[in-house]
Amino acid sequence: MKTIAVDSLSKSYLVTEKKPGIRASLKHFVARKTSFIRAVDNISFNINEGEIVGFIGSNGAGKTTTLKMLCGLIYPSYGSVSVAGYIPKLREKSFLRKITLVMGQKQQLIWDLPPMDSLRVNAAVYGLTDREFSLRIDELASMLGLNTELSRPVRKLSLGQRMKAELLASLLHRPSVLFLDEPTLGLDINAQLRVREFLSAYNQKYGATILLTSHYMGDITSLCKRVLLIDKGKLFHDGSLSALTEQLSPCRFVQIELAEPVNDISLAKYGEIVHQEGQLVKLLIPRSELTSRITSILSNYQIKDLEVKDPPIEQLIGKLLALGSFND
Amino acid sequence: MIKLSKDLFKYIISWLRVPIALISTQYSLMIEYRAEIILWAISGILPLIMLAIWKEATISERIGLSDDYLTRYFVSAFIVRQFTAVWVMVSFEEDNLEGRLSPYLLQPLMPFWRYFSSHIAEQISRIPIVLIMLLVLNASIPNILWIPSLKTLVIFCCALFSAFCVRFLLHWMFSMICFWSDRVSALERLLLIPYLFLSGLVAPLDTFPTPIRNFANLTPFPYILAFPSNILAEKKIDLISNFTSLFFWAILLFLLSYLFWKRGIRHYSGMGA
Repeated sequence: MKTIAVDSLSKSYLVTEKKPGIRASLKHFVARKTSFIRAVDNISFNINEGEIVGFIGSNGAGKTTTLKMLCGLIYPSYGSVSVAGYIPKLREKSFLRKITLVMGQKQQLIWDLPPMDSLRVNAAVYGLTDREFSLRIDELASMLGLNTELSRPVRKLSLGQRMKAELLASLLHRPSVLFLDEPTLGLDINAQLRVREFLSAYNQKYGATILLTSHYMGDITSLCKRVLLIDKGKLFHDGSLSALTEQLSPCRFVQIELAEPVNDISLAKYGEIVHQEGQLVKLLIPRSELTSRITSILSNYQIKDLEVKDPPIEQLIGKLLALGSFND
Repeated sequence: MIKLSKDLFKYIISWLRVPIALISTQYSLMIEYRAEIILWAISGILPLIMLAIWKEATISERIGLSDDYLTRYFVSAFIVRQFTAVWVMVSFEEDNLEGRLSPYLLQPLMPFWRYFSSHIAEQISRIPIVLIMLLVLNASIPNILWIPSLKTLVIFCCALFSAFCVRFLLHWMFSMICFWSDRVSALERLLLIPYLFLSGLVAPLDTFPTPIRNFANLTPFPYILAFPSNILAEKKIDLISNFTSLFFWAILLFLLSYLFWKRGIRHYSGMGA
């Protein structure tokens, strides 16, 4: 069952442009130069109930703009969106009770008060009874590993504790659709792991649909079977991580441990040697030639150990993001 | 019957949960900023300064107003100003620019109520400070304070709250401009000018030339300050026409605010979020 349906979605912004310097500033004061920027360009996808989907792309690719349209914060310029059977831009109360948006770099908790004060307001806004409130706090706090932190002013909490408290506040009303924008931004490895475990447990327990953006590929690889890759507002890939790997890397990674050292030139004919140290050789072999070339290696050399795997997705997407654009 | 009243009580309590939670949380926050509240309260002493100027000028008799009335009017204006202070344009602009508005928009509660409750909470936290300031004033100028009748107090409280609502709605309506231009705090400064001169803050409206007084009465400003101040000063005024004007402005500003909100929200860019 489709929980999120996006069809030909586009968003354009009017932005002003100004060159540096006094003259440019005076010119800008009198007459502003404006232009339209197409942040999201005709994208379409569906997400089924209970799916966790990673939404990846470089900075400014259009991820956050898309999330904002999906949760009803901003109006689309063109196209249609349906989330949990609602049109997000209408921001009906029953729709808002079903969704949440967690922004890693922004917070809803009141800075100078303990999270518990903000949580009480949320409980009242979402109409939770006192019993529901305390049960949910206990449950979510234990899943997130929070305890006394909820009674300390937010400003006194570490970044990881704050992020966990933010998650708790965002999920107190038990939403069925979660939009997570960089939920592990700035967290250390342990805190990242904890947040990932929590999101996975929440998804399994409540069957929640999750759309997640993150620049930490660990978040994507550990949580998402499916990814959407966006660049310059256009959808570049919608499918499994493995399909993306195939698309991004036409080669597979073969690690061979030889019984005796050999001249690397003789192995180079089987693929690109990326590393050789003693009897350990690492090769990149085109997928289409993989079987025949491995058979040939096995028949021509004495092999102690052989391993075939995909290049790490982190490396592939990392390279892609570093380039800042995709070549279709 | 008992069940019905129990259900009604439960319904009222559940309905009141949101305002109670909002006001109590905002009150806790205001208590954190106690020094700021004291400074804000002190900054509202303009009517007392005006009182000193008017007394010194000894012009009350020339304009046909008694010294006693002028004293009461400016002390009342001081109290009214304290409890009708509004800063929603500044808060809304900040929240809009820094992305704090986005989480509010994603909850099933109109953001209006968060700002409204924050103002109410701030006013509650001001009560002891204003009382202390009045006691200090009375100690400095003996017998400057008076004890109004209970009826006067009740009518004054109604007028004060209505005046606050009208001023809040006026500022809230202008806050909506943020959706188009991002910055509105300069507009707040601009709004201060008619407020200062047409509300009766620097001088009672009776001292104005008739055309200016008539013009002032066409704006919401006299009902925001002069009207409740005159009630507390126990001046004989037409309560019905003044309250009618207050309600007219409240309804008009509410409708305009709602219209601007509906239009403006389409332009929200979720900046900073």
